[in-house]
Amino acid sequence: MRGPELRIEHLTATHRRHPAVHHLTARFAPGSLTAIVGPNGAGKTTLLRAVAGLHRPDEGRIAVTHPEGRPCRLALLPQQAGMDRTFPILCRDVVLQGLWSRLGPFRGASAEDRARASAALEAVGLGGFGQRPVADMSAGQFQRLLFARLLVQDADLILLDEPFNAVDARTAADLLAVLKRWHGEGRTVVAVLHDLDLVRAEFPDCLLLAREKVAFGPTAEVLSAANRLKARMMAEAWDEDAAICAGPKAA
Amino acid sequence: MLEALLGPFVEFGFMRRALVGCVALAVAAPPLGVLLMLRRTSLTAEVLAHGVTPGIAAGFLVAGLSVPAMSLGGLVAGLLVALGAGALSRATGGREDAALTALYLIALALGVTLVSLRGDTGDLTHLLFGQVLGVDDAALLLMAGVATITLPALALAWRPLALETFDPAFARAEGAQGALWHMLFLTLVVLNVLAAFQAMGTLMAVGLMMLPAVAARHWARELSGLAYAAVAIAAASAFAGLLASYHLDLPSGPAIVLTAGLAWAVSVVAGPVDGLAARLLRRPHLAG
Repeated sequence: MRGPELRIEHLTATHRRHPAVHHLTARFAPGSLTAIVGPNGAGKTTLLRAVAGLHRPDEGRIAVTHPEGRPCRLALLPQQAGMDRTFPILCRDVVLQGLWSRLGPFRGASAEDRARASAALEAVGLGGFGQRPVADMSAGQFQRLLFARLLVQDADLILLDEPFNAVDARTAADLLAVLKRWHGEGRTVVAVLHDLDLVRAEFPDCLLLAREKVAFGPTAEVLSAANRLKARMMAEAWDEDAAICAGPKAA
Repeated sequence: MLEALLGPFVEFGFMRRALVGCVALAVAAPPLGVLLMLRRTSLTAEVLAHGVTPGIAAGFLVAGLSVPAMSLGGLVAGLLVALGAGALSRATGGREDAALTALYLIALALGVTLVSLRGDTGDLTHLLFGQVLGVDDAALLLMAGVATITLPALALAWRPLALETFDPAFARAEGAQGALWHMLFLTLVVLNVLAAFQAMGTLMAVGLMMLPAVAARHWARELSGLAYAAVAIAAASAFAGLLASYHLDLPSGPAIVLTAGLAWAVSVVAGPVDGLAARLLRRPHLAG
């Protein structure tokens, strides 16, 4: 299978009218593996949320199109903050949530679905954890669990927001292997990351974002010293007295 | 012994009615309480219970102590408060507790004022504390009817509600219609509060909803287990509370809620999940 193309045109997404992502145009090729890097507050999370349909853009277009024209499934792995990690639920049931798009609120999971859930747990190194409550999981184990849910979701376009945050080296390596497996299967993968060495080693493409696009393309070229300095110069604070933007309008 | 346990229910029709009504309540309300607790919106139940008061009082003003009139008024008021609470929650970004407290104090005062316009102290007591031993046919039908509606509706809504509570962002990204299910859920809470009002009054209507749910937290680690435990605790509390009320000559509503409270206290101390005894009783650790 081939992943979809993600095309972003003149995208501006704001928080209280201040742009978090400003006039961004970028094209992620089908089956590409791209890292998004940039300073804190550079709009990386907002960009992913806009693509996932969770943040309404003020301007511009986001198009996800499959080369064969069939409908695409999209999955977002958010940062963990919004989740209730003390919720009384078993790991197996969290993984089965990945089947929501097919099972919805009512349909039951078949034996095959359960087997898939077990296989996904196995694949992220949580074999045998199916009957454990989520509250017992460490931060790293919980991240593995969320990757298992992503595996079951079987999405064509996968968006990951700081997937290796607060996990140890071994967990990061295991999860990276899952990510490369997705890439090998031809899915389109976009991940927000802070570890530039990791990005250089493992990600062919890179988008350097500082509210506006600083550079986009092959990782080695994008992460040049000059570009990194440019990104670092981005003012972190909003300009409270900013005038209305007269920048390029969406075509 | 058996005589003391079953005698009152065999002998007296009003005790049988009270038991059937309370068991119906005990089966339907606690699972709602479990979800309220897990969503960290236990206060919402209290607000809805007090929020129905002005509606019930308005029904009483129009038609006296009539179950259909008071229930209809309570239903309208409860749904309005549920909508208002939802809007407040969104407007304040989930930090609505102060506004909700204001809302329920106003609702309670308004309800008491309305009843005082026409009724006497007896009517007021009935409104606030209920009269479980005076459950008539209409009230019994309402309680059983609400339970009959609640259980299948909750069975359908269970998965989306659980998903939305656990991971709201995921539910939204997957298009799980969280707001719609949430409204259905609040409607069920209002209905159960109304049913409970018949027996326990508006001040204690959420007793059988919340206390068993909070107690169940100490007996199970998984959502469905919590629901079963809460129902079992609620049913046992209803039975034991009614008996205590009969033998010790106590008002029945408070007796039931006190029994549920006792069950909660026992759970906090002796429950296997995060119970005090389990914490103090240090068992030797395992090898791996």
